Formats: sequence, C-alpha cells, structure tokens
Amino acid sequence: MTLELARLAAADNTWGTIIPELMLGCLALALLGLEIVFPKKLHAHIPDFALAGLVGALVGLLINFESASLGLTTFNGLLRHSHAGQVMRGFFLLAAILVCLLARVSLAKQKMPRIEFYHLVLVITAAMMLLAQSNHFVLLFVALETVTIGFYILVSYHRTSAASLEAGLKYLVMGALSSGLLLFGIVLLYGVAGNPALPGHTPDAMHFGALAAFLTANPHQFLASVGIVLVLAGVAFKIGAFPFQIWIPDVYQGAPTPVTAFLAVGSKAAGFAVLLTLANTVFAAYAWLVTPVLTLMAAATIVFGNLAALTQHNVKRLIGLSGVSHAGFLLLGVVAARTIAMAQGAVYFYLFAYLLASFAVFGVMTHLAGADDSDQELDHYAGLAKENPFLATVLAVGLGSLAGIPPLAGFMGKLFVFIAAFQAGARWLLVIAAAGVVISIYYYFGWIKAAFFETWTPPADAASTRPARTPVNAVTGIALGALAFASIVLGFYQGPLGQWLTMK
Amino acid sequence: MSHLPFDLLLLSIAAPLALALAIGLGLPKRWSVRLGYVAFAIPALMALHAWWYFAAAPKDHGYAFLTRYSTGLDGLGISLHLGLNGISLPLFVLAALVGFAAGLYALQSGAERLKIYVMLLLIMQGGLMGVFASVDVFFLYFFHELALIPTFIMVGIWGGRDRTYAAMKLTIYLTLGAMISLLGLIALYAKSGHHTFDLIALRDFLTHDPLRETLQHNIAGLLLVGLGVLVSLWPLHTWAPLGYGAAPSSAAMLHAGVLKKFGLYTLIQVALPLLPVGLAHWSTWLAWLAVIGNVLVVGLITIAQRDLKQMLGYSSVMHMGYAFLGIATMSVLGVGGVVLLMVAHGLSIALLFLLATSVYHRTHTFAMDEMGGLAQKTPVLAAFFVAGTLASIGLPGFANFWGELTIFIALWKFSPLITALAVAGVIISAIYGLRSAARIFFGPATEQFAKVAAQNPPADLRWSEKLPALVLLAALFFVGFWPKSITTALNAELAPAKAPAAASTSTPQP
Repeated sequence: MTLELARLAAADNTWGTIIPELMLGCLALALLGLEIVFPKKLHAHIPDFALAGLVGALVGLLINFESASLGLTTFNGLLRHSHAGQVMRGFFLLAAILVCLLARVSLAKQKMPRIEFYHLVLVITAAMMLLAQSNHFVLLFVALETVTIGFYILVSYHRTSAASLEAGLKYLVMGALSSGLLLFGIVLLYGVAGNPALPGHTPDAMHFGALAAFLTANPHQFLASVGIVLVLAGVAFKIGAFPFQIWIPDVYQGAPTPVTAFLAVGSKAAGFAVLLTLANTVFAAYAWLVTPVLTLMAAATIVFGNLAALTQHNVKRLIGLSGVSHAGFLLLGVVAARTIAMAQGAVYFYLFAYLLASFAVFGVMTHLAGADDSDQELDHYAGLAKENPFLATVLAVGLGSLAGIPPLAGFMGKLFVFIAAFQAGARWLLVIAAAGVVISIYYYFGWIKAAFFETWTPPADAASTRPARTPVNAVTGIALGALAFASIVLGFYQGPLGQWLTMK
Repeated sequence: MSHLPFDLLLLSIAAPLALALAIGLGLPKRWSVRLGYVAFAIPALMALHAWWYFAAAPKDHGYAFLTRYSTGLDGLGISLHLGLNGISLPLFVLAALVGFAAGLYALQSGAERLKIYVMLLLIMQGGLMGVFASVDVFFLYFFHELALIPTFIMVGIWGGRDRTYAAMKLTIYLTLGAMISLLGLIALYAKSGHHTFDLIALRDFLTHDPLRETLQHNIAGLLLVGLGVLVSLWPLHTWAPLGYGAAPSSAAMLHAGVLKKFGLYTLIQVALPLLPVGLAHWSTWLAWLAVIGNVLVVGLITIAQRDLKQMLGYSSVMHMGYAFLGIATMSVLGVGGVVLLMVAHGLSIALLFLLATSVYHRTHTFAMDEMGGLAQKTPVLAAFFVAGTLASIGLPGFANFWGELTIFIALWKFSPLITALAVAGVIISAIYGLRSAARIFFGPATEQFAKVAAQNPPADLRWSEKLPALVLLAALFFVGFWPKSITTALNAELAPAKAPAAASTSTPQP
C-alpha cells in the first residue's frame, strides 16, 4: 500500500520542471568539489563558475519562459507552476547574479574563505525559487528554512567582526522565533482542517488547494483564524513588516554588504511571493481577517519605517529602515490584490524596480566600504560626485528610484500600487502612504546631498576617517551602469513588462 | 499631424532629452556646448512653427498635431498622447522661448561644471515641452516631475546663499504638493469609471456623465491644495522666495517663468472642464486667499525686501495671486486672462531673473541698499531692466497689461470688493518695482558700490546677455501689441468648452 502510494507519487515527479533549481544545487556542490580539486592559485576563478551557472540558468529560464508545465501542479501537489512563479524565479536568479558580483568586490577586502559564500548564495537562490512556486505547507516550510539557515551563516560571514557575529546571533534568535510562529500557525491550520467534526475536513490540510476549500467551508473558525494570523506573522518577519521589523537595523548593519542586499531584496521578495499566494488565494475566505490585519500592518510599517529612517547616519541602517517602508508600500499592493486584478502585477513591478534601485545603491555602498564593513556613515559620501562621478550618478539614480521620483522605475511601481490601492478603496492607507513618500524624500535626499553638495570639512580630517574607496572594475561597472540605465528606461517605457502587468 | 515629415511635438521633447542623455554618457564638453545651442533652438523653432501653422492645422476636439505612442501601459489607459490646443499652444511657445533664452544664457555663462549644468537644464527643457504637449494627464504630471527634479540639484550645487537649506525646503514642499495632486489625479482616474488618463476621452465621458457633487468637491480640493503648493498659493508659498533667491539664474528663469505655470495649467485644462462643480465650490475661498494672501500680504512683504532676487521671488508669488483670481471667476474672460498673464508673467519674470544676475555680475551683491547709479555705467542694462519692471507692473504695451486687465474685468462680475483689493495690488507692484529700479540704477552710487566699481569697472550688457533678453522682451512687446496672436485660438478653445461645463453646473448628477 505504502509502496504503491510512493510509486504513484513518484510517477507525478516531473523533474524536468525544476531543472533550474537542480542546476543551482549541483553547481553549489560542484563549487565545493572544485575547491578541493583546483590548485590554490586558480581558486580566484571559482566564483566565475557560480556566476556563469547563474547567468546560464537565467538565460535558460527566459528561453523556456512559456514552458509547457505552466498551470500544472507537480510532485504530488508540492509545486505549482505559474507565470508569476516564472517571474519570481527570474527575479531571484537576477538578484543572485548581482549578489555574486558585489561579493567579488566586497570579499576582496576581507581575509576569508570565499567559496562557501557562493555555495550558500546558490543554495539560498534555489530554495527561494522553490518557495515562490510552493503549493504545500511542507515544501513552503522546508524551502523557507533552507533560505533562513543559509542566511544565518551568511549574515555572520565576517566571523572576525563582532558586529557581524552579533547580527548573526540576532538573526538566528529572531529567525527561530518567526519560524516557530509560522510552524505553530501551520500546525493549528492542519489540526483544525483535519478535524472530522467540521464540514469539508481534509486529510491533506497542508495542501494549499485542500486548505482553501476547507477554509471556504468554515469561514469563521476561531482556531483557523488564530492559525492564519500566526502564519501571517511568520511571513511578516521575513518581509520586515511592523511589528516584526525590530531585527532589521542591527542585522542589516552587521551583515556583509552583499548579504544585506540579498536580505533586503531576495528575502523580502520571497516573503511577498508567499504572501501574495497565501493572502489572496489560500486565505481568501478569511478576507474579513486578513485584509484588516494587512492594512494595519501596512500603515504601521510605512509610518515606522520612514520615521525611524529619518534619524539614521549609518547608511546600512538607513537603507534597512527605508526597506521597511518599502515593505509597507508593497503590502498596500497585497491588500489591493484581493479585489483588483492589476495589483498583483503592480507588486511584481514594484519588486522589480526595487531590485534595480537597491542593487544600484548597494553596489555603490560596496565600493565605499572599508575593511570594517559595518562602518558606513553618511559622511563617507562627502565629495563622491567630484571624485567618482560614475558611482555618484548610479547612487543618485538608485536613491531617486527608491524615493519614487519620476521618471524612474520606482515611481511607476509606486504609481501602480497607489492606483490599485485607490481602486480597492484603501483611501486612508493611501494618504498615509503619500505622507510616507514625502517623509522619505528627506532622508533619500539627505544621502544624495551628502554625495553631491559640497560642504566644508576640515581638510585633514576628511581623508583620515573615511575608508579608501575601491576603484570600479569593468564587469561591476557595466552591471551598475546597466542597473541605473534600466531604472531610467523602465520609468519612461514599460513596454512588454507593462503589457504583462496590465494583462491580468 | 502637421505637414512636416516628423512629429514636431515629439521632436521638441526628445531633442533636449537626447542630448542630455548623450552628455550623461560622456559627450566631450566642446560638443556638449555646440550641440546645446541646437538642442535649445529646436524646441523654439518647432514651437514657432506650431504657432504659425496652428490655425490651419486639422483639429480633433480642438487639438492639433495629435499623435499617440504606446509605452506599454495602454491596458491602464496611459499612453504618450501628444497634441496642442488653444490653451496649451501659447504656453508651449512660452516654454520654448524661455527655455531658449535660459539655454543661450547658460551656455555662455561659463559656470562651474558647465556640462552637468547644461545637462540638467536640457532635462528641464525636455520636461517642460512635454508638460504642455501632453494630452494624457499622467504624462502631464510625469513631465512636470521630470522638469522639477533638476531644479533641486541645480539649487543645491550652483545655488547662492543658503543653498543646501533652500534645496531641501524646495524638495520637500514641492514633493508634498506633487503627491497631493497625484492623489487627486488618481482619484479622478479611478472615479471617472473609465480608467483612462486621456484628457480628450475624460472630457467626453465627464461632460455627459459628471461626477457626483461631493466627489467633485473632494477631488477639486485635493488638486487645489496640491497644485496650490506648486504655484505658491498663500500660505503655502514660503518655498518660492527662498528657492528663487538661491537658484542659479537659468534654473530660476525656467522654474519661475514656466514650470510653476504647471499648476495653473492643470487647473485650467483638467479641473475646470472635468470638475466644474468642485472648483465652483472652492472658488470663493480661493479668491479670498489669493487676494488677501498673495496679492496684498505678499505684496507688502515684497516692498520690504532688500535682496533683489528675493524681491523677484516674492513678486512672482504675488502675481500668481492674479492668476488664481482669474481661475476663481471660472469665466471665459477670466480664464483667458490667466493664460495671457501666464505667458506675460513667464516672459517678464524670466527677463528680470536674467537681468538680476547681470546686475550681480556688475555690483557683486544682490543687496539693493548697496547699489545705486548703475545706469550711468550700464545704460543698456538699465533700459532692459526698467522695461522688464514696467512689464511686470502691467503697463499698456506689454503683454502683462492685457492679462491683468481681462482678469480684473472678469473679476468685477465675480465680486467688486475683491476687484478693488486686487487693483490695489497694482499700486503695490508699482511701488516695489519702481523703487528697486531707482535704487539699483539711479541716484548716487553708494560707498560699497563705488568701491566695487573702482576695482572692476562695470561693463554694459554683453551680447551673451543681450540676446536672450532681447528674445524675451520682443515676445513681451509682440503679445502686448498683438494679443490676438494668442487669444484667437484661446477663445475658440475656451468658449465651447465652457458651455457644457456651465450646463452641468446647474444639473449635477446625484
């Protein structure tokens, strides 16, 4: 019987659908193997394999974007392949490529083993890609834990730096707490949905479809609503939404800059991919609960993120807290996505614009950081426009896009989300969001001001306290230029992306 | 379409932006400056062509030269829809001319980091041409913001006194205004029920099926506050004098002369036809704020200014009061007067900001107490400045006269009391205008100025200053003597547009 079941399950396993993830997993193992096999002087080239593999996976994904498996569920219902899933896969691959590029610049300043870093990035990327396509709580939890455990190590990667270790520990404690909440929520849902006394009970309550059917049959079950709130809380940790954002400033500051970038973009996007699926399909019957919870969360997140970012001098903390406010703007889109068809596309567009802008800014930060990666102050940006106009321009475009200034991609993202929110009737939330945008101008502009406007500094003092700036190498330069350029072009012309966005 | 083989509107937007991009990608300085003349001249030539050809051009809903380009957002009802009607045509020409003058001046100014300065100015110019050529409300807003961003950077880098503070204040105030008006526009978009930003389509829909009354009140209120900040409606005006005081001359010319008119333009093009009931609801408030705040209070503050640029900044805030008054009347005459005044004020304030910088180069100060007797040494500069001042007071013969006159006539029907107060404002502007001219150019030289003049004897206007000033002054005279050049198309646009709007005022849908 069990064997028969296993065979049936195995027949459903279509390995071809997860080739990109498999590729990354194998590549990750191969990197470790290469480190043993390769002579020491060739070790510097191992990261190139990781990059090449990621680029290859991305190209393959784009070629097979309209793959035949779209709309199917595979692996006995563990995975569900959709357009949105394909987009998120590409998103995570792109993020991983950029993280690897930044890591090459950043790790060169440290005395550290390098290869494991890329290994972990590949594993995390593969897990995120699975997470975005998960259709089952077991896979969701396993993938999420793989991501989180990978990040525990990456955050404390600078093991000689106290700040990095502290950040790792904080992330571990907070991450464990959030995993616990999530798991508790899942278990509650599983338990309630398996209760034979209730209508529509199901033996396979981990499965999103079965759970959604059960929840529709019991739209006001108390235990189920507790479970839902706990699951939402667990996800809120990942996206850094209020009141689960407390770990963000310290962890962002302590982690190596490329890891901060990966946390800020990849981890957040993964959280939103999960949230969009959960909030608007699985928990759709509990909209009476989910919508107010997310609305409140969005409002508080926008207000807190922006106000807290106002007083920061350390740019890593600043961008961390500004990232909190971006989570709030994205939540606006998630709230709207239940009723407004274009809102989901708006969230993806926003995420994509956020990726372009964030990596542009993190790229500049990587070049300005010294040996102590956590020490990156606003003052270090003084005179950047004169000394390195290229980096200054990239920084200005990135920050402008994050601030949502037209004609940059970030503005279009905000506009789409705002339109969706207005149509969904979230007027007051929109007013708060608009106020948040105005506040955010202050600190983003302050950063640009630090880099562009000349202020008087004691001549001897300026050079001695700030770390030396790393010259930009060709590949990273091209990548950063492309990010800035894409932010500008996407602001003017959305083309196929815009059509895809408004299609649904 | 015109009979030209290309789209003249798109070209006049794209030419400056393309050069700005090329400079950003590393065009050498020599070429940047040479091509800069071309990039500033193209919009001016195109605009003059459009103005010349407008009457004969085939029109659809009053718009000539209509073209549409897809940017991929057709599904949301957003597309780059370009065209000119009787209201936007004069402002399009204004933007092109002031931009041309500001560009000429900047290219020969030899400012520090000239390349970036020219690049930012080109972005501004491209954005401005886009503002007045857009038929799509979204792109109207979009191009305005595009033109606005360079202002912040220009004030911050090339600004004068207090530039960092001024840049910050400017940014926050104007972002606030822009966000509030964006909310209003989104509300209009969503509530029209047709999910389109296209102005022609919106007008079609909303004249037949106007929005509910309370909705109109709310949206018009949002737009008035948001755009009010952008146009420096009292008491939301405090960014303006500070910003203009610190801004470098070309940026001040373009911002005070043209960009600031965006708010008024949006009110006339969008709010007036689409939200007539809403605007009427606020018009009394608007009129009192404008006359007490902008005209009288700010007018008196202007008299007290000792810094030339600050004074010009305040005077431009004051003149915006007249424009708001004209809009508050909501009559063909009043609104037509506002468009005339916008053109006239744009030309005259740009001229005065340009000349103020010329004065500074000769006196090394903006403080009017430390000047005097400059006319003996620089008679041409004095003549230009006095002409600009007289224009801004509204002397007959200059374009400003017609604008103010028509607004006052329309205002009389609205409220004689407000008219009386507004006319008192003319006396105020005569006081500060003539007093500043007298202090700078006539009378004995002050001790400080004599010292400066002894070190570097002031030379009269150079051609690099004369040429842009001449362009602006000639346009002022031209409109002053032949206002029909603007009003024919303007009347044709306003008169029919008002008729259905007036009808719907009486019978709003419940």
